[in-house]
Parts: sequence; C-alpha cells; structure tokens
Amino acid sequence: MNVFANKRIEYVLTELGQIALLTKDVLASALTFKVAWRDLLYQIYFIGVKSQTVVLVTGAFTGMVLGAQTYFQFHKVKMDTATLAVVSVSMCDELGPVLTALMVAGRVGASIAAEIGTMRVTEQIDALRTLATHPVDYLVVPRLLATCIALPLLTIEAISCGIGACYVVCVQMLGIDPAFLWQNMLHFTHDVDVIIGVSKAFVYGGIIGLIGCYKGLTCGLGAEGVGRATTEAVVYCSITILITNFFLTLILGKLVGLL
Amino acid sequence: MIETRNLQKSFGDQNVLDGVSFRIENGESVVIIGRSGGGKSVLLKHLIGLLKPDSGEVLIDGQNIGPMNERQLLLVRKNFGMVFQGAALFDSMTVAGNVAFGLRRHAHFTEGEIAMRVAAALEVVDLPGTEEKNPAELSGGMRKRVGLARAIIYEPKIVLYDEPTTGLDPIVSDSIDKLIIRVRDHLKVTSIVVTHDMRSARRVGNRVLMLHEKKLYANAAPQEFFESQDPVVRQFVDGIADPVQHPT
Repeated sequence: MNVFANKRIEYVLTELGQIALLTKDVLASALTFKVAWRDLLYQIYFIGVKSQTVVLVTGAFTGMVLGAQTYFQFHKVKMDTATLAVVSVSMCDELGPVLTALMVAGRVGASIAAEIGTMRVTEQIDALRTLATHPVDYLVVPRLLATCIALPLLTIEAISCGIGACYVVCVQMLGIDPAFLWQNMLHFTHDVDVIIGVSKAFVYGGIIGLIGCYKGLTCGLGAEGVGRATTEAVVYCSITILITNFFLTLILGKLVGLL
Repeated sequence: MIETRNLQKSFGDQNVLDGVSFRIENGESVVIIGRSGGGKSVLLKHLIGLLKPDSGEVLIDGQNIGPMNERQLLLVRKNFGMVFQGAALFDSMTVAGNVAFGLRRHAHFTEGEIAMRVAAALEVVDLPGTEEKNPAELSGGMRKRVGLARAIIYEPKIVLYDEPTTGLDPIVSDSIDKLIIRVRDHLKVTSIVVTHDMRSARRVGNRVLMLHEKKLYANAAPQEFFESQDPVVRQFVDGIADPVQHPT
C-alpha cells in the first residue's frame, strides 16, 4: 500500500514537473514570437468558431434552467423581478466561464490530445524535429494562444446567450414585468462581474491548451496510448478547471473587495 | 564528419547499444545492417539528436551533440534530412505542403519560388504533378519518395534513411535504391541508410556497418563484407535462421 502510494505521488510530481517544463518552453517560445501565425489563425477558427454551437446551446439552456429555478423560489417571497439579476451575476461570475470551459475541454482538449498524440505515434513529431522545428513552437504555442483568445470570447457569448434566454423565459413564459426585470439586472450586475468571468475564461483556456498539448506530446504508443491520452486530457482539464475555479473565486473576490 | 564514441543506450532494463564507436567521413554512403530490434534505428536517431545516449558521445563536425538542449539541436539538424520508415508525412498537409515545410519555416522564399522548388524536388523523386494530393491518397512507395523530397529540398549535407525499402515490392525498392544513389551523387551528400535489404545494402553503400548483440560487429567495404566467411555475417547475409539445420 505504501509502495503504491509512493509510486502514485512520484507519478503526480513527475507530471507536474513536466508540465512546468512545458510551460517554461511555451513562455520562451511565445516571448520570442516564434509563433506560426497562419496556424494560430486556423486554431482560433477551429477552437473558437467551431465550438460556438455547443457553447451557445449550453449557455442558453443553463440560463433558462437557472432562471426557472430561481423564479420558483423567488416567487414564494414576491421577488420575481430579481430573477434575471441572479442569473446574470451567476452566469458572469461562475456558470458562464466554468460551463464554457468544461464544454470546450470536452471538445477541444480531447481533439488537441488526439491530434498531437497521433502525430507522436506516427513519428510526425520526430519528423518536425528533424526539419529543425521545435514541436512547442509549431504545435503547442498556436493551440495555447488560440484557447486563451477563444475561450473568453466564447464565454462572453455563453453569458449573453444565457441572460437572453432567461429573459425570454421570464417574460414570455413566467409573465414577469420586463422593465423591472431588466432594471434589476443592470442594478445588480457590475462591470467587475464580467471582468471576473473573462479573467477566469482566460485562465481556463490556458489550462485546456496546456493539458491537451501535454497529454498529446507524452502519450503512449499505439491506438491505446492515443485513446488514453485523449480521455486523460478531458478528465485532467475538467478537474483542474473545477479546482482552479474555487481558488480563482477567492483570489478575484479578494482583489475586487467582494469578500 | 559524424563520429560516435562508445555509445551506450538502454530503455529500462533492456540494453540496446553497448559501446558503439565508428566514424563516417563527409560524402560517404554508409549502410547500417543488423537484425530486427538490434538497435539500428535507435543508432540512427542518436546521430540526429532525436535520442540522447546514456553515455558516450555523438560528434557532428567535431561538436558533441549529447549535452545540447533541443533548441541548440535545431541548429545542428539544419544540416540533416531524414527519411522515416513510415515516411512520417504530415497528414494535415498536401504533398506540396509537406515538401515545402522546411523552406517555409527556415528560408525566405516567395510562394512562387517555393512552388518551383517543390516541383523540382518532386521531379527528382519521380513524382511530378502530385503537389495537391493528400498523403492518404499515396501508396507506400510514393509516400517514401515524398518523404525523401521533403528531406532533400533544403539541400542538407547529411541524409539519413530509416529502412527506406521495407514493405515495398522489389520493383519499387529498386527505384528507391536508384533514387538514393541519384541523391547521393547529385547533391554530394553523406548518406546513412539503415536497412535489412541485402540487395539494397550492396548497391547504395560505400561501406557496411553491422550491429550484432548491441555492438558494432563489422565495419567493411561492401565487397569485403559480402564475401566474408565470418559465420555471423554469413548467417545474416544469407538469411538463415538456423545454420545447423541449413548449412551453407
């Protein structure tokens, strides 16, 4: 049992060390502008534009469900018109960035790990190196920058869509007065809520890009190795996002003096 | 000039290379042979810095590449081209994209100049007009030729071939051999070919290195090597699994 625990701890520390080294390489590469701009644009298209449907659907239905649940409780205390304000703040601070990141982790994190992992097992990454190209410059940096750029934009879309969908549900289905609903939302939602959401999304974008690339670059041989890397990328991204969210909430909350 | 000194490499508890030393002069064409799993590809990957030795040295033009980091190795690798066993073409790109990759990354040519050079490189490997094909549309022999075009387009000083004829029919193998010879003579490059194919080894090499039981067993000119009466060499050259049951 002790041996198993030691091996597990050693494995986790090794993984963290390797991710730290990859981060160092990425920073060195990004700061020297060795980025393939054409690839960066393609990745932004693939990660940002192609993820819109899933993100918009997630945002819309989260806003609608949260709106309905909030209304059911608030209606008991005659606070119906505060429904959209609660949904708005929740979507901006927590649900927008976290759910968008989880959806993108499932779609993009897995895709990045599978693509780079397949390149590794078919010697394409070795071929890159023989062509005097650093895999971090060519593969990791464009994907990481793209996730960091795309995720905040997708999060803003998800938040807007969630608030809009909630507004429609509240006004059209639950019969709440639209003027008070909108006014309360504007009153209780501040610029800082949007900034917190976008800041979180930027960090989660980095997590998805980094873990997806790391799992691809270190995947085992064969189809099994690629499959495992893909699964681990999604699981590790999701868990890291959820844990990071707690600490970011505390840190950002402290920073803006909300606590 | 390429030199290895007492090269040792293990993967876990499996020792693959145990004290391999040799020297290859500029312009030479050397064939490395040995049994499957005998460390030939591992040795080749050490020469270009894709693998690092556990101990010993790999010297390229007198420079030990063992202690270099990946970014320093990138500069050394600009002198190399490598053709992989499975071609290792980038499947997200067309043939032209693959062949032009090195030029786009490291040279400052216009798109027109790149297109001309790609067409010329594909002409050298007998694949004119295939620029817009995807790697998935190509046969094994064609993929290896595209891999060769990609390796030679920026005119490297050294070209490494990892089992270039494995899995190909004799006619395609013959064309690949002729291609290696043509590239060697045309570009005056140093060629290092890892192969199991004895016919290919006779044709493309000025010298034959044989790995056996983790060590360099033979280092000789092709004629001397293929006429050797050493039992280990004869067994390999004649392809005999059990020399007791099948005496020559």
